[in-house]
This record gives sequence, structure tokens and C-alpha cells, in this order.
Amino acid sequence: MSDMNVESTRVAYGRALCELGERRSDVVVVDADLTTCTMTCFFAQKFPERFFNGGIAESNMVGMGAGLATTGKTVFVNSFAMFSAGRAYDQVRNAVCYPRLNVKVVGTHAGLSVGEDGATHQCIEDISLMRTIPNMTVIVPCDAEEAKRATIAMSEYDGPCYLRLGRSPVPAVTSGVADYDFQIGKASTLKQGTDATIIACGLMVGKAMEAAAVLESTEGLNVRVVDMHTIKPIDKEAILAAARETGAIVTAEEHNMIGGLGAAVCEVLSEVPAECCVPIIKVGVADVFGHSGTAEACLEKYGLTVGHVVDAVKKARSL
Amino acid sequence: MVQAAQSGHLGGSMSVMDILTVLYFNTMRITPDSPKNPDRDRCVLSKGHCTPAMYSILAHKGFFPIEELKTFRRIDSNLSGHVEMTKVPGVDMSAGSLGQGLSAALGMALAARIDGCQYRVYCICGDGEIQEGQIWEAAQVASHYGANNLTVIVDNNRIQLDGFTDRIGGPSNAADKFRAFGWNAIEIDGHDVSQIAAALDAAAADAIAPTAIIANTVKGRGVSFMENNPKWHGGTPNEDEFAIAFSEVQSRIDHLNDVLHKISEGVSR
Repeated sequence: MSDMNVESTRVAYGRALCELGERRSDVVVVDADLTTCTMTCFFAQKFPERFFNGGIAESNMVGMGAGLATTGKTVFVNSFAMFSAGRAYDQVRNAVCYPRLNVKVVGTHAGLSVGEDGATHQCIEDISLMRTIPNMTVIVPCDAEEAKRATIAMSEYDGPCYLRLGRSPVPAVTSGVADYDFQIGKASTLKQGTDATIIACGLMVGKAMEAAAVLESTEGLNVRVVDMHTIKPIDKEAILAAARETGAIVTAEEHNMIGGLGAAVCEVLSEVPAECCVPIIKVGVADVFGHSGTAEACLEKYGLTVGHVVDAVKKARSL
Repeated sequence: MVQAAQSGHLGGSMSVMDILTVLYFNTMRITPDSPKNPDRDRCVLSKGHCTPAMYSILAHKGFFPIEELKTFRRIDSNLSGHVEMTKVPGVDMSAGSLGQGLSAALGMALAARIDGCQYRVYCICGDGEIQEGQIWEAAQVASHYGANNLTVIVDNNRIQLDGFTDRIGGPSNAADKFRAFGWNAIEIDGHDVSQIAAALDAAAADAIAPTAIIANTVKGRGVSFMENNPKWHGGTPNEDEFAIAFSEVQSRIDHLNDVLHKISEGVSR
């Protein structure tokens, strides 16, 4: 994988937001003192009259966003996932989702891969928090291209969205995929397969693709990889098809196994015809707080590597 | 409404009633037949539980039929316990979780700046409510951006759910606090309509800073046994209490009608 193809989802988002600002005068951006981290700095520089930095005050930031949205603006509010989805949860719920306002809540530096900052900043609960709020749409892009497309798609959707982004650069997993398209609520099958399916989101999609390659070369298995970029509304058809056609499912996410992608997939498979009753193994954080370390060291320590996904597929097939 | 629903927040509704009356019947530029008019003035009832006051005002202003007030808090009604913008015409922002309205009002005020609109934004908070930290987050950002089209009115009735405010959150010193955050602050009698109107005019005249109007009020205003009594934050009167309350309010209305009649006679002479 060349360096050209490696970029973080947050940087791609920042660029896409700035491009969006060129085309759409209704786009307004609010940040809370993290513009060079959330990458809203590009937009802020170009459109200062439509950008507000409210300082280190995320609750107010989300509330301001809601107020701006009542006037017809398409508003992006930005912070680390820990603070936009975590600290400002009540504001997201009551000021944005309850009145169904057109606010896009963006959480960067999500998951363990924020790395050295440690557990206080490693948000592993945001997917769960955001997807349980009525009216909320939850999107977790897997690479830079998908982050860009998700940003545009969200801006064209009228209503609350949560966009989960990562700090670390990730490989461009969608670039070589024929017919790749991004549609909210429609999973992207990045690799076809019949022996098992890995359903993943965020940076675990790249690891799922690597795992599928390993399983092919070492075990001769033909594993499907589904990029479940929209956690809510989730693509039930893609999940049911995976169950029916491949007979075993592994989910992979940089999030607590409670309440995240794996749980959402299990919810879908809990009420299905007999032919869809298949083994499911969840790869994710086992309900523990993270620790300081490099991104890769954190992912290794908490069981989120290619090897863990490979083992999970083998186990699911053996059940 | 509250009697029919057997629930609701009377005390704070009665303390804020004169403020809402001046806003909606004198100060704000609004059009009940076009509630979403983009150039309208806006009011965020951040103390969102005071729906008995807000919904009465909106109905009497013509946003929806007065008859609908009887359905308050019923399962099939649009009139929920806390203000709801998606269901009730005239409500500019949903609220209920205390401390959030000023941020939304600030967002609206900044939107006016982006769009070159002249509308003003009002936000009504309780003095208990401003114990919430988010109020002060919003206050510092509002003065930072010089949001002079934003006015907060603090319904300073000195009582919150658990009792008297100075025994729970400490003395509020709301005016001093807002001044420290870069706001203008005006203290008034929140039941004197001419003082309320004058303060709102003064707020509109300021070219630089947002204004906080600290309106000293009486919780449960207008009913003798409810006034200044923490019990009536969220209580419902029994039949006897309701009869007394109704008669006290009715006699005040009758008295005011007499005064109006005499004034109009004087004018016609």
C-alpha cells in the first residue's frame, strides 16, 4: 500500500467540508477549539463568516448548532467523539434529535486508535450512544474516499447525523473496488465471497480485507467483506444475504462490543427465518477502557488486529 | 389546563406570564398566520416546563385554537409537558432539559448575522436553571461574538424544585454574573409591564453586547396560597384550591376590565 493511498478519514472530511462550503452557502460549521484536529480549519479559513469557534464548550457548541439549524442552515458541529457524542449527549438528544434538526454531529479521534492520549480520549461508546437516539443516522466511513462521500451524502440528507472519524491514517480500501458507490443505509460489499462474511466498519474494514486475503492464501477460503458504513439505519438485506449465502458472520469494529456494530447485526439476526440462523463472532473492545500507546499497539492489546479477525472467522466456521 | 391534565408546572408559569405577555403582545414582531416567517423575532423558552404559560399565550395570540389548551399533556394532544417546536405552531425551539435554550438562541442570533436579517432573539431562563454550566458557556460565546440581537430574560422567582434558590445553588447574583461575562444587565420588576417593555426596548437599542434582563418575579403570582411557596413548582390544586385560585384570578381580571372600561370612557369623553 503506497503512502499516497493512506489518509485519515478526518483529513478527507475536512477537505470535503471545505469543498461543500464552495457549493453550498447554507453550510455552517461550529467547532470547540479543535479545528486543526477535526480539520475544520480548512473551512474556517475560507469561510470565516460561516464558521464559529465557541471555545472549549461542547454542550454550547451543539446547542448553537441546533439554533443555527432552525433557520434553515446545514450545520456541522465538531469535536472529538468523546466530547461531541459523549460530553454533549444530552444536547445531541434533546436539542438536535428530538426536534429533528439538520445538524451533523462529527466525532473525530474515535476509538482506541487515538492512541497515546489514552482512555479518557478513546471513545468506544459513541456508536452505541448515537444509534439509540430516535431520528439519528450513524455513519462510520472506512477510508478517505468514503469519508468524503459520506460528508456529501449527509449534507444532502435533511436531518440529524453522526459521523464517526478516526485520527490515524487508514489505507484506501474502497479505491480498487469496481462499482463502489456510497449511499446512506446501503452497505458496500468490498469483496464477494461464499465461505463466511466479515461485516466491519471504520478502520476495521481495512483489517477485514487483509484478513480475507490471509484466509484465502492460508486456508483457501473465499470470505465476503461487507463495509457497513451506515450503522443506522442498518442494511438488513446485506446482513440477511450474508447469513443465507455464507453461513457464518464475523463483525469487526473499533468500539465496545456492547451496543456497537456487532450488537446491531445481532439485533437484525435475532428475528429471522431458520436459514439465516448462523454463528456470529464479534471482534471489538471487550467492555474495558483503553490505555496509552501507539494506535497499532492499542489495537493489538485490545484484540483488533488482522490476526484476531482471521481467528474469529475460523472460529465462526467451526461452530 | 393544569387542572384538566392533573399535572404541569404552575408556579413558574405564573411568574413568567407578564414577561411572555409583553413579549408576544407588544415587543416581538411575529405573524401567527405565518409562524415560520424567516424574518420573525424568536423566543426560546429555555425553562421549557412552563408550557401552561407559553401555550396559553400562543393560543391567545392566534397560533392555534384556544380550545386545544384543554388537551394539554394528553396522549393524543400536540401539547406536551415541555415546549415542542415540531408539533406546536409558534414554538421556536423545543426545550425541557434545562440550561440548553440560550445556546440555541445564540445560534439563531448568529444566523441572523450570516443572513443579514434584522430579527431579534429572546431567551427565557429560570433563576434556578442558570445553575446549569451550559448557560455560562453560551453567555461567554455570545459576548465574544457581540450578539447584540440576543436578549436573555431571567425569571428571577427565587424558587426551584427543591426549595428556595439561595439555599440550594447559593445566591444567584445573576446581573453581576452576566456583566462579568460581558453582557449588559438590567434589573426590573418582572410584573411591571411598563418596566418589562422598557427593558426590552433598551436591549434592542444596544449596538454592541447581548443584554440580560433580570426580572424579579413571584413564583405562583396571582394566587395567594401559591405565591412564594415551593410546593407549587409542579403541584396540582385540589378542587377547593382550584375554586379559590380561579376566583382570585377572575376577580383580578374583573378589576382590570373595570380599569380598562374607565380608561376608555375617559378617552371617549
